[in-house]
Amino acid sequence: MAFGPYFLLATLEGLVTAAVLALMALGLSLVFGVMRVVNVAHGEFYMLGAVLAWWFASLFGGHPAIGFLVALVLSPLVVAAIAFVAERLVLSRLKYEPEATIVATIGLMYIIQQLALTFYGPEARPVEAPFNYRMQLPWFGYSAYKLAVIGFSILMMLATWFVLTRTKIGLVMRATQFDRETAQAFGIPVGRVYAGVFALGAGLAAVAAVLIVPIQQAHYLMGHDPLLLSFIVVIIGGLGSLRGTVLAAVLIGLSDGIISMFFSPTLAKMLATLAVAMILVFRPQGLFGEAAR
Amino acid sequence: MSENRKSLVNLNSGLSRRSALKGLGAAAGLIAAPGFVRYGQAQSSEPIKIGFQCHRTGIGAAYGRWYDRVTAAAAKRINDAGGINGRPLEIVIEDDGTDPKRGAEVVEKFANQHKVDLVYGTLFSHVVVGSAPAAGELKIPYYVVSEGYHVASGKLNRYCVQPGITDVKSQARSMAPWIADNLGKKVTLVYPDYAFGHDHRDFFTPAIEAQGGQVVAKVPIPPTETSFTRYFPQIPRDTDVIYHVMVGPAVLTFVKEMGEFFGSGGPQLFGFIDSLEAVDIASPGLEFLEGSHFWEGMPRYAQPDQPDYVTAYRETVGIDDNGASVNDGKDISTAAHMFGCWETLNVIKAAMEACDYKGPDDRAAMIEATEAMTGMDAGPDHPQGKKLFNGKIHQVFGEQSISQVKDGKLEVVHRTSIEDGAYEPEADYTAMSF
Repeated sequence: MAFGPYFLLATLEGLVTAAVLALMALGLSLVFGVMRVVNVAHGEFYMLGAVLAWWFASLFGGHPAIGFLVALVLSPLVVAAIAFVAERLVLSRLKYEPEATIVATIGLMYIIQQLALTFYGPEARPVEAPFNYRMQLPWFGYSAYKLAVIGFSILMMLATWFVLTRTKIGLVMRATQFDRETAQAFGIPVGRVYAGVFALGAGLAAVAAVLIVPIQQAHYLMGHDPLLLSFIVVIIGGLGSLRGTVLAAVLIGLSDGIISMFFSPTLAKMLATLAVAMILVFRPQGLFGEAAR
Repeated sequence: MSENRKSLVNLNSGLSRRSALKGLGAAAGLIAAPGFVRYGQAQSSEPIKIGFQCHRTGIGAAYGRWYDRVTAAAAKRINDAGGINGRPLEIVIEDDGTDPKRGAEVVEKFANQHKVDLVYGTLFSHVVVGSAPAAGELKIPYYVVSEGYHVASGKLNRYCVQPGITDVKSQARSMAPWIADNLGKKVTLVYPDYAFGHDHRDFFTPAIEAQGGQVVAKVPIPPTETSFTRYFPQIPRDTDVIYHVMVGPAVLTFVKEMGEFFGSGGPQLFGFIDSLEAVDIASPGLEFLEGSHFWEGMPRYAQPDQPDYVTAYRETVGIDDNGASVNDGKDISTAAHMFGCWETLNVIKAAMEACDYKGPDDRAAMIEATEAMTGMDAGPDHPQGKKLFNGKIHQVFGEQSISQVKDGKLEVVHRTSIEDGAYEPEADYTAMSF
């Protein structure tokens, strides 16, 4: 295949990775930014989103778009509700101590994973894409659904940005992030905000998962790799920075697509990890993060 | 806070006479408990214990579940027919997490804690390779159902045997003539980049060359990969046949993305059903597999001309005509591999009866009895077909099926002979010491 189409394919693949990664990393970044909690269970919320998407989609017959749309609405809501309960029952009791919450979320990760194995099983199961259109380019064919994923992911990120910067809920979140005690003094129910942010973060991961299940499949171990990539993205972009997270996701996604196509996927992972090391040494707050106050 | 911490420290340390007595009493009670009573008649009715190293979790979990079901069904059948040497069979299951390190630990646990007579049932090749040294050191027979070439290569030890399923070298060799005659001579290999995939690469390449064909490209894919489109540009345009063999949960994505990439105008496809074991062929996105061909160890779908013993086998293990569980039509079996559990247990029974197995002291005799086996007839004990066992390399040889996807079902179009998959042994386990 000539260089041009090869590069086009690599870029398209990279953008799909970036779109999903950005949504997931955004959730992780939000939780850390507002709550200062490193959520190791984030990958499992992603997995749970995919598994629930399969379950909801399998409840509805008829056109596959019906099941998919139901899953796209309900699955993130259910995952958010589970995250809300987990936050109230576990994290809030630990007073959000950094070490304790890391250990707690590791525990949460295993619990969710094993529950999924017990009740969902070890198979990889597909969700049918809402539409099955294959675009025939002169050099190769490409799934139109993958392009739709990129579009929807951009919409979701715009919506998140809007909520954070243009609504009262966003204002409350940002106030809590800026100074927890002052926010509390002004009558902001910090505990409820935390629970809401944790649920929102998990919900974003679930949306990413619902978008990806028609491409990949729901499997109980699927949360692991995206979690690692999300951490890479969040560290490079700067913890708690929305803009940094999105940019880093595009950067990592594209480099992953292009490098792994022209060289090898292992090299792409090595370079991403190297980038993290360099960022941690020379700019620990990340590309767009603010230095610790 | 500090007061709280203090209370955690046991101020009352030291062992009192009363608590020491209590402990001793409890221990004595445990030993006297029913489970610890030795059987009165020594070994006449004590069960023969088989340690089943099962992939309950990890990437092999779908296989593990069906290996488990087939093992239970085969053990029940043996017990209903009077057991082995008049003793019942007891299957002890331990999960190895499809992980080589845990695999070795499980073998040790079987030998030292469960005190089983032998270990059996491992599928994934890296777990077999990781566990085999432990079996050799503990001198416990290790009957695998793995299809890797590692047993036949002679690199393991005398305690490792594979009598119920053919190996990759034999499978790949027996496919080559049919592929060259029917699909094309320019082949691109797509395989997972570890031992199992390397076996396919190393054994299929010379086999297709012997048929006047040629491997035009080799596309290794890392085992943890979840997205595959990026690899397809490596497939040359003039490829006649794509030979694909992928395992793990992402295989569905692989097949689907291949369909998106090539559409209907692509090369012919020949796959190993390993790519789609436990996956419904009628899944969304797999439509383009229609007309393509697969290797099957044993057919997943009931074939119109299948013998009665195959029908009986399928009923006993609980699969319907589509190869799905009779209880759940969405629970697709791993039919192309799991027959190996059934046949291996029957070989174990035959070997134990041949050497009049009494207990762990007869383990070496049991291996020798297995080595002495040669032909096995197709029938209720060997439903997949007739077999030829080579005692030198501890590996069985058999017939293979080539199936075509027609109307979303697999239909057997060709059956290879034992000779098609035969090769010169490269080792001799019988010359090794126990």
